[in-house]
Amino acid sequence: MTTATETHQQKADLPPPAATVGIVGWLRENLFGSVPSTILTLLAAYILYLVVPPLVSWSIINATWTGADSNACKLADGARKDGACWIYIQAWIGGYMYGLYPYDLRWRIDIAAVLAVVMFAPLAIKRLPYKDLYGIAVILLYPVVAYFMFKGFIDFAPGAPGSTDHPWRVVQTDKWGGLALTLLIASVGIIASLPLGVLLALGRRSTMPIVSTFSVLFIELWRGVPLITVLFMSSVMLPLFLPEGVNFDKLLRALIGVTLFSAAYMAEVIRGGLQAIPKGQYEAAMALGLNYPRMMALIVLPQALRYVIPNIVNTFIGLFKDTTLVAIIGMFDLLGAIQLGNADPKWLGFSIEGYAFAAVLYFVFCYGMSRYSQHLERKLHTGHKKR
Amino acid sequence: MAVDVRDTARAPETPFWLDARYRAIMFQVILLVLVVGFAGYIFYNTYQNLQRRGIASGFDFLGSTAGFDIIMHLVPYAASESFGRALLVGLLNTLAVAAIGIVLATILGFVVGVARLSRNWLISRIASIYIEVIRNIPLLLQIIFWYQVLGKSTPGPRQSIDIGGLFFINNRGLYMPAPVTEPGFWLTPVAFAAGVVATIVMHRWARARQMATGQQFPVLWTALGLIFGLPILVLLVTGMPFHWDYPKLQGFNFSGGMVLIPEFISLTFALVIYTGAFIGENVRAGIMAVNHGQTEASYALGLRPGPTLRLVVIPQAMRVIIPPLTSQYLNLTKNSSLATAIGYPDLVAVFAGTVLNQTGQAVECIAITMGVYLFLSLTTSVFMNWFNRRVALKER
Repeated sequence: MTTATETHQQKADLPPPAATVGIVGWLRENLFGSVPSTILTLLAAYILYLVVPPLVSWSIINATWTGADSNACKLADGARKDGACWIYIQAWIGGYMYGLYPYDLRWRIDIAAVLAVVMFAPLAIKRLPYKDLYGIAVILLYPVVAYFMFKGFIDFAPGAPGSTDHPWRVVQTDKWGGLALTLLIASVGIIASLPLGVLLALGRRSTMPIVSTFSVLFIELWRGVPLITVLFMSSVMLPLFLPEGVNFDKLLRALIGVTLFSAAYMAEVIRGGLQAIPKGQYEAAMALGLNYPRMMALIVLPQALRYVIPNIVNTFIGLFKDTTLVAIIGMFDLLGAIQLGNADPKWLGFSIEGYAFAAVLYFVFCYGMSRYSQHLERKLHTGHKKR
Repeated sequence: MAVDVRDTARAPETPFWLDARYRAIMFQVILLVLVVGFAGYIFYNTYQNLQRRGIASGFDFLGSTAGFDIIMHLVPYAASESFGRALLVGLLNTLAVAAIGIVLATILGFVVGVARLSRNWLISRIASIYIEVIRNIPLLLQIIFWYQVLGKSTPGPRQSIDIGGLFFINNRGLYMPAPVTEPGFWLTPVAFAAGVVATIVMHRWARARQMATGQQFPVLWTALGLIFGLPILVLLVTGMPFHWDYPKLQGFNFSGGMVLIPEFISLTFALVIYTGAFIGENVRAGIMAVNHGQTEASYALGLRPGPTLRLVVIPQAMRVIIPPLTSQYLNLTKNSSLATAIGYPDLVAVFAGTVLNQTGQAVECIAITMGVYLFLSLTTSVFMNWFNRRVALKER
């Protein structure tokens, strides 16, 4: 019998179907949503099964991690073991970092690297007084410091006392190498190409016909040819362009080629920034009575350059990867040093390990920088984007 | 009488060196003089240096005997041919890698780009790992790596991997049967060309008819029939005027048939893998740029997912994809010059390498090489700009 006071009681909700929640639900949603999706999942899983286990067993499980020399990576009959031979990398890591640089002077490069960190670290501080001035000073000062750390001060005559053991003796540029050389070429290329790129970008947007024609010709010429031809040109043609007696060393020639090449790309990046600045900024500057140099230096370029910083970082990543090409013209950058190691008679037959190590190293650098540039993009692109 | 204020306000005392127009002209004249002077200085130095070193100049060397062999040539070539012929061989080798690479990289790139947007978690994850890993490793390293892997993982000629007695894989390359034409074969390419022309005409007619009457015409099947069916029919009618030349093991190597050398395979493979990753990113960006409302509107009009993708999403995505796609094609063509590192005889390896070393005429060799790349780059971008204008949004 029911009473009048009895009210309707809502029953508790039923739980959602087991197949739509939890792991099962996630799997159904993301891996087995439909028949084609299921087929693709199974196919992908099969490919992973084919690729990943052999890779793991080669690089980790069956790999040789400790040992004195290449015999540790070989079976009794002299054939090499199945796994990777990482002791080769351990033996050559110094060579990869410094190339042919004299063994007893490698500390100079270490100091240059530490100085780079110490001098550039303050720029990461958000509110540093005179940050812009400090940044310019560091960018101008550091290359000089680094140059002397790499090169040394005292040029001994061959055979003179100290010519082989003095801590500050000169090391010619053909002995520079390894990761240090890669970083050097990429940094010099990007820093030197920046002012040139700004000039070319301004020239290309100029209303003066001759200026813009020259700029367009220069930019399109360098962008239209592969870097390797530019490097060949700088190594075989540049000496012909100079008057008799004047000679550049090989590294400087390569640096000139790399700089001209990346300046053309830099110009296009900066042009993108100039175009992104609203016309109102130009007009306001002109209304204030600023002339062209002042308008550009004080109003337009600071905004445009800030806008394209992420793209400049991307250009740097591209240049960093492209520096491998100097290995073709006979310099020992990171890739050149790896090839040097692969030709070491004590370690013949382990070239795959060398290249794999180089690939990991390049990946860490480039991926790190590209994440950084994405971070910058989110941080900086607040101004002119869809307000 | 009223005085025109503007006349008096116009300051006649403005000196000419403050006049913007005059300054512009002056500046340009100075720039022109500097550039021409610099060019002249370089030209003079080069001339002096060449004279002193006794290096000949001019392009006469193109006619003299090359005297070296090239391991891959698409046109008949022997060491007794001229340097000019070697240039052609190198250029064709570059174009072969570029053309095959562009086609395969485009396919791979579209697959990867779509896969990265897939709702299937595993597929999109694999695609993004592939893109991130490949894009962040230098191409030269990848080319050398694949070349080494290919060299180490393939057996010698006598232990070749035999696929059906027709294809042989060993460390000298991939050997396969080659068709050898006989008299009367020329009709087949003619039929193929006729099929292509007829397809274009048919496509225009079918579109005009659909616009006028709304009736659709089975364009795809007719096109396939015209382009492939017609040549096959002609081939049958003329009595199969060709035979296959099979590769055979003779002594230590294969003879007969066609061979794809390992340098070609690893270079093309590395270029496709590398450029495909970049194209994948462009494709993803292009598809994401199409507003989701477009898809919904298309569904609301009753279009099924296939036609929605084909008629609504892709045409709009293409507008975003094509400009970066163009630069990827150009990059691939230019990057094929890294062939030098593994000894594939492309334009740079043959001309800026071997020919330059033999003749010593650095200026001419580098200038020709750069000129060819510049020409390729400019023609590609002109063509792609034309194509881009065709698909660009026609704003009314």
